[in-house]
Amino acid sequence: MSGRQIMTADEIRRATIRLSHEIVEKQAGTDGLVLIGIQRRGVPLARRIAASIAEHEGAALPVGALDITFYRDDLSMVAQQPVVKGTELPTGIDGKTIVLVDDVLYTGRTIRAAMDALVDFGRPQAIRLAVLVDRGHRELPIRADHVGKNVPTSREELVRVHLVEVDGLDEVEIERMVAAPQPEPVA
Amino acid sequence: MSTAIGPDAAAVPSVDDVPESQPIAWRHRHLLDVDRLSTDELDLIMRTTDAMREVLARPIAKVPALRGRAVTILFYEASTRTRVSFEVAAKNLSADVVNIAASTSSVVKGESLIDTVRTVEALGAQMLVMRHSSSGAPYLAADIFSGSVLNGGDGWHAHPTQALLDLYTMRERMPGGSLAGRKVVILGDLLHSRVARSNIWTLTAAGADLWLCGPATLVRGFEAWANRGAAGRRFHLTTSVDEALRDADVVMALRIQRERMAGGLLPSMREYAARYGLTRERLALARPDALVMHPGPMNEGVEIAPDVAAGPQSVITDQVTNGVAVRMAVLYLLAGTRVPS
Repeated sequence: MSGRQIMTADEIRRATIRLSHEIVEKQAGTDGLVLIGIQRRGVPLARRIAASIAEHEGAALPVGALDITFYRDDLSMVAQQPVVKGTELPTGIDGKTIVLVDDVLYTGRTIRAAMDALVDFGRPQAIRLAVLVDRGHRELPIRADHVGKNVPTSREELVRVHLVEVDGLDEVEIERMVAAPQPEPVA
Repeated sequence: MSTAIGPDAAAVPSVDDVPESQPIAWRHRHLLDVDRLSTDELDLIMRTTDAMREVLARPIAKVPALRGRAVTILFYEASTRTRVSFEVAAKNLSADVVNIAASTSSVVKGESLIDTVRTVEALGAQMLVMRHSSSGAPYLAADIFSGSVLNGGDGWHAHPTQALLDLYTMRERMPGGSLAGRKVVILGDLLHSRVARSNIWTLTAAGADLWLCGPATLVRGFEAWANRGAAGRRFHLTTSVDEALRDADVVMALRIQRERMAGGLLPSMREYAARYGLTRERLALARPDALVMHPGPMNEGVEIAPDVAAGPQSVITDQVTNGVAVRMAVLYLLAGTRVPS
Protein backbone atom coordinates (compact mmCIF):
# COMPACT_ATOMS: atom_id res chain seq x y z
CA MET A 1 0.00 0.00 0.00
CA SER A 2 1.32 3.40 -0.89
CA GLY A 3 0.56 6.64 0.90
CA ARG A 4 0.12 10.30 0.02
CA GLN A 5 3.29 12.20 -0.81
CA ILE A 6 3.94 15.18 1.46
CA MET A 7 7.51 16.05 0.42
CA THR A 8 9.16 15.64 -2.95
CA ALA A 9 12.86 15.03 -3.57
CA ASP A 10 13.34 18.74 -4.30
CA GLU A 11 11.59 19.75 -1.11
CA ILE A 12 13.78 17.36 0.90
CA ARG A 13 16.87 18.83 -0.75
CA ARG A 14 15.87 22.43 0.03
CA ALA A 15 14.87 21.58 3.59
CA THR A 16 18.23 19.88 4.16
CA ILE A 17 20.13 22.92 2.90
CA ARG A 18 18.02 25.25 5.09
CA LEU A 19 18.67 23.02 8.12
CA SER A 20 22.40 23.22 7.43
CA HIS A 21 22.25 27.05 7.36
CA GLU A 22 20.19 27.20 10.56
CA ILE A 23 22.60 24.93 12.40
CA VAL A 24 25.61 27.08 11.49
CA GLU A 25 23.71 30.30 12.23
CA LYS A 26 22.70 29.12 15.70
CA GLN A 27 26.28 28.12 16.50
CA ALA A 28 27.59 31.36 14.96
CA GLY A 29 30.02 29.29 12.92
CA THR A 30 31.08 25.69 12.76
CA ASP A 31 33.48 25.49 15.72
CA GLY A 32 32.78 22.57 18.03
CA LEU A 33 29.89 21.24 15.96
CA VAL A 34 29.44 17.47 15.64
CA LEU A 35 26.57 15.96 13.64
CA ILE A 36 25.20 12.66 14.89
CA GLY A 37 22.56 10.84 12.88
CA ILE A 38 20.17 8.47 14.59
CA GLN A 39 19.99 5.07 12.89
CA ARG A 40 18.73 4.55 10.41
CA ARG A 41 17.62 7.45 8.23
CA GLY A 42 19.09 10.11 10.48
CA VAL A 43 22.55 8.95 9.40
CA PRO A 44 22.30 9.78 5.66
CA LEU A 45 20.50 13.01 6.59
CA ALA A 46 23.39 14.00 8.88
CA ARG A 47 25.84 13.28 6.05
CA ARG A 48 23.81 15.44 3.65
CA ILE A 49 23.73 18.30 6.15
CA ALA A 50 27.50 17.94 6.65
CA ALA A 51 28.01 18.01 2.86
CA SER A 52 25.91 21.15 2.59
CA ILE A 53 27.89 22.84 5.39
CA ALA A 54 31.13 21.81 3.70
CA GLU A 55 29.88 23.38 0.46
CA HIS A 56 28.72 26.66 1.98
CA GLU A 57 31.15 27.11 4.87
CA GLY A 58 34.15 25.12 3.73
CA ALA A 59 34.27 23.24 7.02
CA ALA A 60 34.27 19.45 7.27
CA LEU A 61 32.27 18.54 10.37
CA PRO A 62 32.64 15.18 12.09
CA VAL A 63 29.62 12.96 11.46
CA GLY A 64 28.61 10.02 13.64
CA ALA A 65 25.94 7.33 13.74
CA LEU A 66 24.00 6.44 16.85
CA ASP A 67 21.88 3.32 17.34
CA ILE A 68 19.44 3.78 20.19
CA THR A 69 18.06 0.23 20.23
CA PHE A 70 19.54 -0.71 23.60
CA TYR A 71 18.09 2.46 25.14
CA ARG A 72 14.51 2.03 23.96
CA ASP A 73 11.89 2.17 26.69
CA ASP A 74 9.69 -0.41 24.98
CA LEU A 75 12.08 -3.35 24.59
CA SER A 76 9.90 -5.41 26.93
CA MET A 77 6.79 -4.53 24.89
CA VAL A 78 7.75 -5.05 21.27
CA ALA A 79 7.04 -8.47 19.81
CA GLN A 80 10.61 -8.95 18.65
CA GLN A 81 13.91 -7.34 19.39
CA PRO A 82 14.76 -4.69 16.82
CA VAL A 83 17.81 -5.20 14.62
CA VAL A 84 20.81 -3.37 16.01
CA LYS A 85 22.44 -1.28 13.31
CA GLY A 86 25.56 -0.10 15.05
CA THR A 87 26.98 3.00 16.67
CA GLU A 88 30.01 4.86 15.39
CA LEU A 89 30.77 8.15 17.10
CA PRO A 90 33.62 10.54 16.32
CA THR A 91 36.14 10.37 19.16
CA GLY A 92 35.72 12.82 21.99
CA ILE A 93 32.28 14.37 22.31
CA ASP A 94 33.25 16.12 25.56
CA GLY A 95 32.69 19.88 25.31
CA LYS A 96 31.29 19.65 21.76
CA THR A 97 27.95 20.89 20.49
CA ILE A 98 26.16 17.78 19.32
CA VAL A 99 23.44 18.15 16.73
CA LEU A 100 21.28 15.04 16.74
CA VAL A 101 19.73 14.42 13.34
CA ASP A 102 16.67 12.25 12.72
CA ASP A 103 14.10 11.87 9.99
CA VAL A 104 10.84 12.10 11.96
CA LEU A 105 10.12 13.62 15.37
CA TYR A 106 6.99 12.08 16.91
CA THR A 107 6.62 11.11 20.59
CA GLY A 108 10.13 12.27 21.50
CA ARG A 109 11.07 8.88 22.95
CA THR A 110 13.78 8.23 20.36
CA ILE A 111 15.41 11.51 21.29
CA ARG A 112 15.19 10.71 25.01
CA ALA A 113 16.90 7.39 24.26
CA ALA A 114 19.51 9.11 22.08
CA MET A 115 20.37 11.59 24.84
CA ASP A 116 20.71 8.77 27.37
CA ALA A 117 23.03 6.97 24.98
CA LEU A 118 25.09 10.09 24.27
CA VAL A 119 25.79 10.89 27.90
CA ASP A 120 27.25 7.39 28.29
CA PHE A 121 29.91 8.49 25.78
CA GLY A 122 30.85 11.77 27.39
CA ARG A 123 29.68 15.25 28.40
CA PRO A 124 28.80 17.44 25.43
CA GLN A 125 28.61 21.23 25.88
CA ALA A 126 25.12 21.17 24.35
CA ILE A 127 22.82 18.77 22.51
CA ARG A 128 20.58 20.16 19.77
CA LEU A 129 18.04 18.48 17.57
CA ALA A 130 17.43 18.76 13.84
CA VAL A 131 14.67 16.75 12.13
CA LEU A 132 13.36 16.56 8.59
CA VAL A 133 9.70 16.17 9.67
CA ASP A 134 8.00 17.11 12.94
CA ARG A 135 4.64 15.32 13.06
CA GLY A 136 3.57 16.40 16.57
CA HIS A 137 2.08 14.20 19.35
CA ARG A 138 4.96 14.59 21.80
CA GLU A 139 4.84 12.44 24.93
CA LEU A 140 7.94 13.96 26.51
CA PRO A 141 9.08 17.56 27.05
CA ILE A 142 11.28 17.60 23.95
CA ARG A 143 11.30 19.99 20.99
CA ALA A 144 13.41 20.31 17.87
CA ASP A 145 15.77 23.25 17.36
CA HIS A 146 15.62 22.90 13.59
CA VAL A 147 12.68 21.47 11.60
CA GLY A 148 12.54 20.77 7.88
CA LYS A 149 8.74 20.59 7.71
CA ASN A 150 5.95 20.60 10.27
CA VAL A 151 3.24 18.09 9.34
CA PRO A 152 -0.06 17.82 11.25
CA THR A 153 -0.92 14.14 11.62
CA SER A 154 -3.23 11.82 13.55
CA ARG A 155 -1.90 8.96 15.66
CA GLU A 156 -3.42 6.46 13.24
CA GLU A 157 -1.14 7.69 10.50
CA LEU A 158 2.42 6.72 9.63
CA VAL A 159 4.97 9.12 8.26
CA ARG A 160 7.49 7.35 6.06
CA VAL A 161 10.68 9.04 5.01
CA HIS A 162 12.44 7.47 2.04
CA LEU A 163 16.02 8.42 1.27
CA VAL A 164 18.08 7.44 -1.75
CA GLU A 165 20.87 6.01 0.43
CA VAL A 166 18.50 3.54 2.10
CA ASP A 167 15.41 3.24 -0.08
CA GLY A 168 16.57 4.21 -3.55
CA LEU A 169 14.45 7.38 -3.78
CA ASP A 170 13.82 10.63 -1.92
CA GLU A 171 10.27 11.31 -0.73
CA VAL A 172 8.12 11.61 2.38
CA GLU A 173 4.76 9.85 2.50
CA ILE A 174 1.90 9.71 4.95
CA GLU A 175 -0.42 6.71 5.22
CA ARG A 176 -2.88 4.89 7.47
CA MET A 177 -1.46 2.11 9.66
CA VAL A 178 -2.07 -1.53 8.79
CA ALA A 179 -1.55 -4.32 11.30
CA ALA A 180 0.75 -7.18 10.34
CA PRO A 181 0.43 -10.71 11.80
CA GLN A 182 2.70 -11.46 14.72
CA PRO A 183 4.84 -14.61 14.47
CA GLU A 184 4.40 -17.20 17.20
CA PRO A 185 7.49 -18.09 19.22
CA VAL A 186 8.68 -21.68 19.22
CA ALA A 187 10.94 -23.47 21.66
CA MET B 1 9.56 0.53 3.52
CA SER B 2 10.89 2.28 6.55
CA THR B 3 8.74 0.73 9.25
CA ALA B 4 6.66 -2.31 10.06
CA ILE B 5 3.81 -2.41 12.51
CA GLY B 6 2.90 -5.29 14.79
CA PRO B 7 -0.40 -5.45 16.64
CA ASP B 8 1.28 -4.19 19.81
CA ALA B 9 2.76 -1.15 18.20
CA ALA B 10 -0.57 0.61 17.85
CA ALA B 11 -1.51 -0.17 21.44
CA VAL B 12 1.81 0.82 22.93
CA PRO B 13 2.91 4.37 22.24
CA SER B 14 6.62 4.01 22.04
CA VAL B 15 9.72 5.30 20.38
CA ASP B 16 8.87 7.54 17.44
CA ASP B 17 9.57 5.11 14.71
CA VAL B 18 8.37 1.60 15.37
CA PRO B 19 11.36 -0.78 15.15
CA GLU B 20 11.97 -2.18 11.74
CA SER B 21 10.91 -5.77 11.40
CA GLN B 22 13.65 -8.35 11.64
CA PRO B 23 14.71 -9.53 8.21
CA ILE B 24 14.83 -12.89 9.97
CA ALA B 25 12.30 -13.53 12.68
CA TRP B 26 13.83 -14.80 15.91
CA ARG B 27 11.33 -17.41 17.06
CA HIS B 28 13.13 -19.23 19.83
CA ARG B 29 12.17 -18.97 23.46
CA HIS B 30 15.05 -21.11 24.69
CA LEU B 31 18.61 -21.78 23.65
CA LEU B 32 19.03 -25.46 24.45
CA ASP B 33 21.30 -26.37 21.55
CA VAL B 34 22.29 -24.99 18.18
CA ASP B 35 20.79 -27.84 16.15
CA ARG B 36 17.53 -25.97 15.53
CA LEU B 37 19.09 -22.70 14.42
CA SER B 38 18.86 -21.91 10.72
CA THR B 39 21.79 -20.33 8.91
CA ASP B 40 19.81 -17.06 8.84
CA GLU B 41 19.36 -17.23 12.59
CA LEU B 42 23.07 -17.92 13.04
CA ASP B 43 23.79 -14.85 10.91
CA LEU B 44 21.44 -12.78 13.06
CA ILE B 45 23.30 -13.90 16.20
CA MET B 46 26.64 -13.06 14.57
CA ARG B 47 25.45 -9.58 13.54
CA THR B 48 23.99 -8.91 16.98
CA THR B 49 27.32 -10.01 18.45
CA ASP B 50 29.07 -7.39 16.29
CA ALA B 51 26.85 -4.75 17.91
CA MET B 52 27.69 -6.11 21.37
CA ARG B 53 31.39 -5.93 20.57
CA GLU B 54 30.91 -2.23 19.85
CA VAL B 55 29.16 -1.84 23.23
CA LEU B 56 32.08 -3.59 24.95
CA ALA B 57 34.46 -1.06 23.37
CA ARG B 58 32.57 1.94 24.81
CA PRO B 59 33.94 4.00 27.71
CA ILE B 60 30.96 2.75 29.73
CA ALA B 61 30.39 -0.80 28.49
CA LYS B 62 26.86 -1.02 29.74
CA VAL B 63 23.49 -0.48 28.06
CA PRO B 64 20.01 -0.63 29.58
CA ALA B 65 18.54 -3.15 27.12
CA LEU B 66 17.63 -5.75 29.78
CA ARG B 67 16.90 -3.36 32.63
CA GLY B 68 14.53 -4.96 35.13
CA ARG B 69 15.02 -8.49 33.75
CA ALA B 70 15.86 -11.14 36.31
CA VAL B 71 18.50 -13.60 35.15
CA THR B 72 19.32 -16.58 37.35
CA ILE B 73 22.50 -18.54 36.76
CA LEU B 74 22.20 -22.07 38.12
CA PHE B 75 25.31 -24.21 37.78
CA TYR B 76 25.43 -27.84 38.90
CA GLU B 77 28.97 -28.24 37.58
CA ALA B 78 32.21 -26.34 38.06
CA SER B 79 32.86 -23.47 35.67
CA THR B 80 34.79 -20.24 35.56
CA ARG B 81 34.59 -18.77 32.10
CA THR B 82 31.06 -19.77 31.13
CA ARG B 83 29.50 -18.73 34.43
CA VAL B 84 31.41 -15.46 34.76
CA SER B 85 30.93 -14.68 31.10
CA PHE B 86 27.14 -15.10 31.37
CA GLU B 87 27.13 -12.96 34.49
CA VAL B 88 29.20 -10.19 32.89
CA ALA B 89 27.04 -10.36 29.74
CA ALA B 90 23.80 -10.03 31.70
CA LYS B 91 25.19 -7.19 33.80
CA ASN B 92 26.44 -5.34 30.72
CA LEU B 93 22.82 -5.38 29.55
CA SER B 94 21.68 -4.07 32.98
CA ALA B 95 19.83 -7.25 33.95
CA ASP B 96 19.53 -8.24 37.61
CA VAL B 97 21.66 -11.34 38.13
CA VAL B 98 21.36 -14.03 40.77
CA ASN B 99 24.04 -16.71 40.96
CA ILE B 100 23.36 -20.14 42.41
CA ALA B 101 26.08 -22.74 42.77
CA ALA B 102 24.41 -26.11 43.35
CA SER B 103 27.13 -27.04 45.81
CA THR B 104 26.01 -24.33 48.26
CA SER B 105 22.25 -24.54 47.60
CA SER B 106 19.42 -26.78 48.81
CA VAL B 107 20.47 -29.20 46.09
CA VAL B 108 22.88 -30.69 48.62
CA LYS B 109 19.86 -31.38 50.84
CA GLY B 110 18.35 -33.47 48.08
CA GLU B 111 16.13 -30.94 46.30
CA SER B 112 15.23 -32.18 42.83
CA LEU B 113 16.04 -30.23 39.66
CA ILE B 114 12.33 -29.65 39.06
CA ASP B 115 11.80 -28.25 42.55
CA THR B 116 14.85 -26.03 42.25
CA VAL B 117 13.64 -24.62 38.92
CA ARG B 118 10.17 -23.97 40.39
CA THR B 119 11.79 -22.26 43.36
CA VAL B 120 13.96 -19.91 41.30
CA GLU B 121 10.93 -19.07 39.16
CA ALA B 122 8.90 -18.30 42.29
CA LEU B 123 11.77 -16.06 43.36
CA GLY B 124 11.30 -14.04 40.19
CA ALA B 125 13.69 -15.53 37.62
CA GLN B 126 12.69 -14.69 34.04
CA MET B 127 15.72 -16.14 32.29
CA LEU B 128 17.52 -19.22 33.55
CA VAL B 129 21.07 -20.06 32.55
CA MET B 130 21.91 -23.57 33.62
CA ARG B 131 24.69 -26.10 33.53
CA HIS B 132 24.14 -29.70 34.51
CA SER B 133 26.14 -32.92 34.34
CA SER B 134 23.17 -34.82 32.90
CA SER B 135 22.56 -34.54 29.18
CA GLY B 136 19.07 -33.19 28.58
CA ALA B 137 18.59 -31.54 31.98
CA PRO B 138 17.92 -28.05 30.47
CA TYR B 139 15.19 -29.59 28.30
CA LEU B 140 13.46 -30.81 31.44
CA ALA B 141 13.85 -27.35 32.99
CA ALA B 142 12.45 -25.72 29.82
CA ASP B 143 9.30 -27.84 30.13
CA ILE B 144 8.43 -26.38 33.51
CA PHE B 145 10.04 -22.91 33.46
CA SER B 146 7.81 -20.16 32.13
CA GLY B 147 10.66 -17.93 30.92
CA SER B 148 13.69 -18.65 28.76
CA VAL B 149 16.22 -21.40 29.48
CA LEU B 150 19.79 -21.01 28.23
CA ASN B 151 21.91 -24.13 28.23
CA GLY B 152 25.35 -23.42 29.67
CA GLY B 153 26.42 -27.02 29.05
CA ASP B 154 24.62 -30.31 29.70
CA GLY B 155 26.57 -33.53 30.16
CA TRP B 156 28.12 -34.74 26.91
CA HIS B 157 25.31 -33.27 24.89
CA ALA B 158 25.47 -29.56 24.07
CA HIS B 159 27.17 -26.26 24.82
CA PRO B 160 25.43 -23.87 22.44
CA THR B 161 27.03 -20.56 23.47
CA GLN B 162 30.50 -22.11 23.18
CA ALA B 163 29.74 -23.22 19.62
CA LEU B 164 28.43 -19.72 18.82
CA LEU B 165 31.49 -17.96 20.21
CA ASP B 166 33.75 -20.41 18.37
CA LEU B 167 31.89 -19.68 15.13
CA TYR B 168 32.15 -15.93 15.76
CA THR B 169 35.88 -16.13 16.52
CA MET B 170 36.58 -18.16 13.35
CA ARG B 171 34.47 -15.93 11.10
CA GLU B 172 36.11 -12.83 12.52
CA ARG B 173 39.57 -14.15 11.60
CA MET B 174 38.79 -15.66 8.20
CA PRO B 175 39.41 -13.46 5.16
CA GLY B 176 35.96 -12.57 3.85
CA GLY B 177 34.36 -13.59 7.13
CA SER B 178 33.25 -16.93 5.74
CA LEU B 179 34.06 -20.50 6.74
CA ALA B 180 32.81 -21.97 3.48
CA GLY B 181 35.27 -24.62 2.33
CA ARG B 182 37.68 -23.97 5.21
CA LYS B 183 39.21 -27.02 6.83
CA VAL B 184 38.35 -26.99 10.52
CA VAL B 185 39.73 -29.73 12.79
CA ILE B 186 38.39 -30.64 16.21
CA LEU B 187 41.05 -32.71 17.91
CA GLY B 188 40.94 -34.77 21.07
CA ASP B 189 38.38 -36.17 23.47
CA LEU B 190 35.27 -36.06 21.31
CA LEU B 191 33.47 -38.76 23.26
CA HIS B 192 32.85 -36.60 26.32
CA SER B 193 32.69 -33.30 24.47
CA ARG B 194 29.48 -31.25 24.44
CA VAL B 195 31.58 -28.50 22.82
CA ALA B 196 32.32 -30.73 19.82
CA ARG B 197 28.73 -31.94 19.52
CA SER B 198 27.38 -28.39 19.34
CA ASN B 199 30.20 -27.26 17.06
CA ILE B 200 29.35 -29.98 14.56
CA TRP B 201 25.99 -28.31 13.90
CA THR B 202 27.24 -24.74 13.58
CA LEU B 203 30.41 -25.49 11.61
CA THR B 204 28.71 -27.71 9.07
CA ALA B 205 25.93 -25.10 8.75
CA ALA B 206 28.62 -22.49 8.05
CA GLY B 207 29.91 -24.68 5.22
CA ALA B 208 33.22 -25.64 6.84
CA ASP B 209 35.10 -28.77 5.77
CA LEU B 210 34.88 -30.31 9.23
CA TRP B 211 37.27 -33.00 10.48
CA LEU B 212 37.01 -34.75 13.82
CA CYS B 213 40.12 -36.48 15.07
CA GLY B 214 41.01 -38.46 18.17
CA PRO B 215 42.06 -41.88 19.41
CA ALA B 216 39.64 -44.67 18.51
CA THR B 217 38.36 -44.95 22.08
CA LEU B 218 37.45 -41.26 22.16
CA VAL B 219 35.69 -40.97 18.79
CA ARG B 220 33.32 -43.87 19.40
CA GLY B 221 29.84 -43.29 18.08
CA PHE B 222 30.79 -40.45 15.75
CA GLU B 223 31.30 -42.63 12.69
CA ALA B 224 27.60 -43.16 12.06
CA TRP B 225 26.95 -39.48 12.61
CA ALA B 226 29.74 -38.44 10.23
CA ASN B 227 28.27 -40.67 7.51
CA ARG B 228 24.69 -39.58 8.12
CA GLY B 229 25.69 -35.94 8.61
CA ALA B 230 24.23 -33.23 10.81
CA ALA B 231 20.90 -32.48 9.12
CA GLY B 232 22.49 -34.22 6.14
CA ARG B 233 25.66 -32.10 6.23
CA ARG B 234 28.51 -34.64 6.24
CA PHE B 235 31.83 -34.32 8.00
CA HIS B 236 35.02 -36.37 8.30
CA LEU B 237 36.26 -38.60 11.07
CA THR B 238 39.79 -39.91 11.40
CA THR B 239 42.16 -41.32 13.98
CA SER B 240 45.17 -40.03 12.01
CA VAL B 241 46.27 -36.71 13.41
CA ASP B 242 48.51 -36.07 10.38
CA GLU B 243 45.63 -36.54 7.96
CA ALA B 244 43.43 -34.24 10.01
CA LEU B 245 45.93 -31.42 10.45
CA ARG B 246 47.28 -31.32 6.90
CA ASP B 247 46.45 -27.90 5.39
CA ALA B 248 43.95 -27.11 8.14
CA ASP B 249 42.68 -23.54 8.51
CA VAL B 250 41.57 -23.97 12.10
CA VAL B 251 42.67 -26.46 14.77
CA MET B 252 40.60 -26.72 17.92
CA ALA B 253 42.08 -28.87 20.66
CA LEU B 254 39.65 -30.30 23.22
CA ARG B 255 40.34 -30.78 26.87
CA ILE B 256 41.05 -34.32 28.04
CA GLN B 257 38.29 -34.66 30.61
CA ARG B 258 40.13 -36.56 33.30
CA GLU B 259 37.05 -36.47 35.54
CA ARG B 260 35.07 -38.44 32.95
CA MET B 261 37.95 -40.70 31.90
CA ALA B 262 36.95 -44.04 33.41
CA GLY B 263 37.43 -47.61 32.17
CA GLY B 264 40.83 -47.40 30.53
CA LEU B 265 39.87 -45.21 27.57
CA LEU B 266 43.44 -43.92 27.47
CA PRO B 267 46.60 -45.82 28.46
CA SER B 268 48.08 -42.65 30.00
CA MET B 269 48.10 -38.87 29.69
CA ARG B 270 51.68 -39.08 28.48
CA GLU B 271 50.82 -41.42 25.69
CA TYR B 272 47.92 -39.20 24.67
CA ALA B 273 50.17 -36.13 24.64
CA ALA B 274 52.75 -37.95 22.54
CA ARG B 275 50.25 -39.25 19.97
CA TYR B 276 47.55 -36.57 19.82
CA GLY B 277 48.81 -33.48 21.64
CA LEU B 278 48.84 -30.29 19.56
CA THR B 279 52.55 -29.51 19.43
CA ARG B 280 54.45 -27.01 17.34
CA GLU B 281 55.68 -29.83 15.08
CA ARG B 282 52.15 -31.09 14.43
CA LEU B 283 50.78 -27.58 13.92
CA ALA B 284 53.36 -27.13 11.15
CA LEU B 285 51.26 -29.54 9.06
CA ALA B 286 48.43 -27.02 9.02
CA ARG B 287 48.43 -23.80 7.01
CA PRO B 288 50.99 -21.29 8.28
CA ASP B 289 48.25 -18.90 9.41
CA ALA B 290 45.97 -21.59 10.86
CA LEU B 291 44.05 -20.55 13.96
CA VAL B 292 44.62 -22.42 17.22
CA MET B 293 41.61 -22.67 19.50
CA HIS B 294 40.71 -24.34 22.77
CA PRO B 295 37.44 -24.08 24.68
CA GLY B 296 39.29 -24.14 28.01
CA PRO B 297 40.19 -24.95 30.66
CA MET B 298 43.44 -26.31 29.23
CA ASN B 299 45.64 -29.17 30.37
CA GLU B 300 48.82 -27.64 29.02
CA GLY B 301 51.31 -30.27 27.96
CA VAL B 302 48.55 -32.83 27.42
CA GLU B 303 46.16 -31.88 24.61
CA ILE B 304 48.02 -28.66 23.75
CA ALA B 305 51.65 -27.63 24.19
CA PRO B 306 52.16 -24.44 26.24
CA ASP B 307 54.07 -22.71 23.42
CA VAL B 308 51.22 -23.43 20.99
CA ALA B 309 48.55 -22.22 23.42
CA ALA B 310 50.44 -18.95 23.94
CA GLY B 311 51.77 -18.75 20.38
CA PRO B 312 51.02 -16.20 17.66
CA GLN B 313 48.37 -18.39 16.02
CA SER B 314 46.40 -18.82 19.23
CA VAL B 315 43.04 -17.04 19.48
CA ILE B 316 42.18 -18.63 22.82
CA THR B 317 41.85 -15.31 24.66
CA ASP B 318 39.73 -13.93 21.78
CA GLN B 319 37.38 -16.85 22.40
CA VAL B 320 36.94 -15.74 26.00
CA THR B 321 36.34 -12.08 25.07
CA ASN B 322 33.94 -13.00 22.27
CA GLY B 323 32.13 -15.26 24.73
CA VAL B 324 30.84 -12.21 26.58
CA ALA B 325 29.61 -10.53 23.38
CA VAL B 326 27.94 -13.69 22.07
CA ARG B 327 26.15 -14.26 25.37
CA MET B 328 24.97 -10.64 25.38
CA ALA B 329 23.58 -11.19 21.88
CA VAL B 330 21.77 -14.39 22.87
CA LEU B 331 20.32 -12.88 26.05
CA TYR B 332 19.16 -9.85 24.06
CA LEU B 333 17.50 -11.91 21.33
CA LEU B 334 15.81 -14.32 23.76
CA ALA B 335 14.53 -11.45 25.90
CA GLY B 336 12.50 -10.29 22.92
CA THR B 337 10.65 -13.55 22.34
CA ARG B 338 7.07 -13.45 23.52
CA VAL B 339 5.86 -16.34 25.59
CA PRO B 340 2.59 -17.57 24.08
CA SER B 341 -0.21 -16.96 26.58
